[in-house]
Order: sequence, then C-alpha cells, then structure tokens
Amino acid sequence: MSSNLRILVACKRVVDYAVKIRVNAAGTAVETANVKHSMNPFDEIGTEQAIQIKEKSGGKVEVIAVSCGSDKSQETLRTALAMGADRAIFVESAEELQPLAVAKLLKAVVEKEKPDMVILGKQAIDDDSNQTGQMLAGLLNWPQATFASKVELAEKAMTVTREVDGGVETIKTPLPAILTTDLRLNVPRYASLPNIMKAKKKPLTKLTIADLAVDVKPRLETLKVTEPPKRQGGKLVESVDDLVDKLKNEAKVL
Amino acid sequence: MFALRRTALPAFSLARTYATSGNVSTLLLVEHKDNKVAASTLNALTAASKLGGSITALVAGNAPDTVVSEVAKLSGVSKILVAKSDAFTHALPESHATLLVETQKKHGFTHLVASHSAFGKNVMPRAAAILDVAQVSDITGVESADTFVRPIYAGNAIATVKSNDGIKVITVRNTAFPAAGQQDSAASQEDAPSISADKNLAEFVSEHMQKSDRPELDSATRVIAGGRGMKNGENFGMLYELADKIGAAVGASRAAVDAGYVDNSLQIGQTGKIVAPELYIAVGISGAIQHLAGMKDSKTIVAINKDPEAPIFQVADYGLVGDLFTAVPELTKKL
Repeated sequence: MSSNLRILVACKRVVDYAVKIRVNAAGTAVETANVKHSMNPFDEIGTEQAIQIKEKSGGKVEVIAVSCGSDKSQETLRTALAMGADRAIFVESAEELQPLAVAKLLKAVVEKEKPDMVILGKQAIDDDSNQTGQMLAGLLNWPQATFASKVELAEKAMTVTREVDGGVETIKTPLPAILTTDLRLNVPRYASLPNIMKAKKKPLTKLTIADLAVDVKPRLETLKVTEPPKRQGGKLVESVDDLVDKLKNEAKVL
Repeated sequence: MFALRRTALPAFSLARTYATSGNVSTLLLVEHKDNKVAASTLNALTAASKLGGSITALVAGNAPDTVVSEVAKLSGVSKILVAKSDAFTHALPESHATLLVETQKKHGFTHLVASHSAFGKNVMPRAAAILDVAQVSDITGVESADTFVRPIYAGNAIATVKSNDGIKVITVRNTAFPAAGQQDSAASQEDAPSISADKNLAEFVSEHMQKSDRPELDSATRVIAGGRGMKNGENFGMLYELADKIGAAVGASRAAVDAGYVDNSLQIGQTGKIVAPELYIAVGISGAIQHLAGMKDSKTIVAINKDPEAPIFQVADYGLVGDLFTAVPELTKKL
C-alpha cells in the first residue's frame, strides 16, 4: 500500500469465555462482580487482523483501539496496545451500553478519527447480539463485510471471504468499510511482557458520552434473567447393545 | 452492553397488555436461495404469527417468481411484497437493508422479523440502525408483542427483554419454533418500493458451498457430531456411514473444524450452528461451554467418549464410555 491507512478496532471487555457464569440471586442479571474478565475473543481476532495488516504494510498503518464502557474497559485497551495497537480511545460510560448506543458512539469516533476501516468482532460472547458492526455500517452508510474468515487489502478496496450458512462467500468492498471477524480469520498473538510494559506508555485518550453528544438511552429493558432448564443427564450405558436398546425402547428415537 | 441491570418498572407495566390483532402488523423478510425458501424462514414465520396481527412477507430477488408462489401458500401470510431487481441477485445486506427501510417507511409495520441465520444477522441490524431502533436477536420465545425471550452468555442464562422502541426488529432462533405449514388461499401480491442502486457498496464475487445429500444441519431431526477425538478427517467417514444409516446430518465441534477435519460450515456451537434435533450423538466431543450452547436443547443426547470425566456426560441422556473407533462401527452395524 502506498498511502497510509488508519484502522479502528473496537474491543469489548466481557466475562472470560471459560467462566461458568451464574445468574444473580434476584434473577435480574448475570453475576459479574469478582469474575474474571478479558477481551471478547472476536475482538482479539480483530486486533490481530489490524496488526497483521500493519506489519504487512511495513508500518504504514495506524491502528487505534477503542472501547466503550466502565472504567475497567481501559484494561482491555491496554491489552490491545500490548498486542500492537498504536493508541487507544476510551469512551467512558457508567451506564450499560446496548449495541445501538455503541454503534452511535463508534460513529462519532469514526467522524473524529476518519479511519479507512473499522474492525469489530462478529459478536460479543456476553449478550450474543451480533449487531454492532452491522449497525455502525448502516449509520455510516459504509459497506459491511461480516463474519470474515479471510481479508485481502488492495488499494482502496478489500476482498473478504465470509462464513455463511452452508459454505463461504467472497465479496469485494471499496474502503472505507466495516469488517467483522469470525473465528477462522486468524489466531491472535499473546502480548509479551516487554510489550505489556511498553503498552503502559502508549497514548490513551479518554472521552465521555457528553464529548460525543450521543443519546445512549437503553431501548431494551431486561425484565428478568433466569438459569436455563437443567438437563436430566448423566445416565451411563454398559455397551453398544444397551445403547441401541435404550434409544429404541426407552427414548424411542430410533 | 445489554441492559442486564433491572431498570425500575412503572407499576402499570406489571399488567402488561398483550398484542391484539388490531395493532400488530409484521413484515417477514424471506430468505431464499436457488429458487427455494430457506427452511429457517418457516420457523421465523411461526414466531411472527405468535405476535398476533397480520403478516406481510417481503421477497426480494432478480427472478423471485418461484419463491413468491411458494411463500403465497405459507400459513399466516396475508400479503407479499415483491422486490424484483438485479440489486437483489445476491443476498447483499446493503441493498436488502435499504429495501427494508424503504418498505417500512411506506407501510409502517410494527414488527420486522427475520431468522437469525447468516443472512438475517447480516441484514437486520443494519436496517434497525438506519431506522434508529434496537434489535432483539435470536429470540427463543414470544411473551407478548413487545417482550421476548432470548439466550445470553452462550445459552447459560435466559433473558426476558422488553423493547421500548416503536418498531420491533427481531431475529428468530429457528430451532425454538416449529416450521409454518401451508394455507388454502394464496396471499395477495404487491410491488415493494423500488430502491435506487448505490454503486459505492459491496459487490458479490463468488461463493463456495459444501455439497451434501444429507439433511441440512440446522433442520435435521438427527445429528451426529464429531470432535477432536476423531483424530483426522478420514475418520469422519465412520460418522457419515452411521449418519446415512439413520438419515442424520453430520456436524462437528470447533476443535474438529480448527484441526481441518471438516468444513467450517459444519461447526455446532455458540459461534456456529445451533441445532435442536430429536437425537444428537456426540462422538469424541468433550462438551465445552461453547459447544453445549449449540446443542443442549436437543431432545435426546448421546455421548460416546473414552473420558468418563468429559463434561458432555453431564448433559447426555445416554453416555457410553469407550473407544469411539470400536463403538461407532458397532453401532452402525447394529442399527
């Protein structure tokens, strides 16, 4: 690439994927206090993708990580900086932010920073919404390449292979554009200790909701949260004959 | 980001009024490929009918006639809006979202519904944002015209969510609703608003679909899935033999897909396909949270694994602790 490219990567702090979550006693939410959090796995893939693009370009790409949410989201941004992002933008919000609100905040950041590409994960593993990237694309009227498993950049365009039902599809979009990552896009790197130390010195800009003048009022109200029904599992069979018998005569599924 | 905190509810909302046919009008976005309506659209139609009120189907394509006549016979569809243009040849979200928005502006529906398939996930949030409304993704239940049930945290919690927006944009988990049937009288047809082509957006290049004679994974009544324990792609042959014998679809865990044993499109789990067949046979799959998210609503779960401590046994109705390389061929022989 001859010209400089600027990539914005959106990162969300979520309950770590390996944690077995619990619904709180009041049945109003999932317990998040004293639970390990980390960067949403799809956002790690997004950060990795941005850094790989930068490395291929010989450093002519600037990677900006952005996160919206509570104070602790800054830890997630430090992780992105340690992976190789150049600088970070933190949009502080004490309130919970829903996908439409985040899309609007990101739109405001895009208008300030003028990136050529915004990379987001295909979904966050807490709310499982799978909306923010598409919403941002709609608000900006930019093309969107969702569920990407392969990206090739050319001058002012990208060719993206997307995971769709039953196979893959390849599309081409001009830049600027929105990209959302699927699992197969890459394997994110671990941040090394020296890079974690260096990341502490990289610039992190704090913004508030008021700075961006965005209405983030929640549109959806969570009335209750419950545990899913428990399965009556755990019955072991002795042999294949026993299994066949049970499936035919007890479960009647064969 | 989802408001998991309980927000204070005004007292009157406790006596929630349920939808009546007078005030609900739903637009169902029809997904189709190769002149056939996608199976998941039939499930989404059933969810739409639970809202009460009228259902209008939107069919967009370059030559949608066959699909339109198929949709006209679907139970509960009273009207079909037909959008015929080369802009809709491929399921590109930019043109489809613009069409949805223009259709909404003209007709003023209360609900926009699609299935939570790769197509629905791609198009609906884009349209919702342009209309400045939230979306409720992947619903598994309809409580009323504004209140829906949906899984969060990989299905480890179930949230009941009320939308306060004027237009409810919803995507539907297909396995949570039965497929809609047929009706006697055909729905009427009308042209959808035309949209002007925006040249500056995405273009379709090519596609590569996995070809298989087996049932489709997300609508199959029986599913056999292999995991890392299969050791390689060739060994999946064993599962195909068993699958063909009982008319099952074949799926896989993420580990099996990542290791290259099978194609990505076969992945079952939080980030792959969600299945809920009558019978699910997990072979050499440990049962990570993310995999269970995709299959734990199956009616009967069978696990074959040599590790008695594997978490899959905690959800399996029938577990066989043993070597899959002897158990699977034996099972195939005895069925």
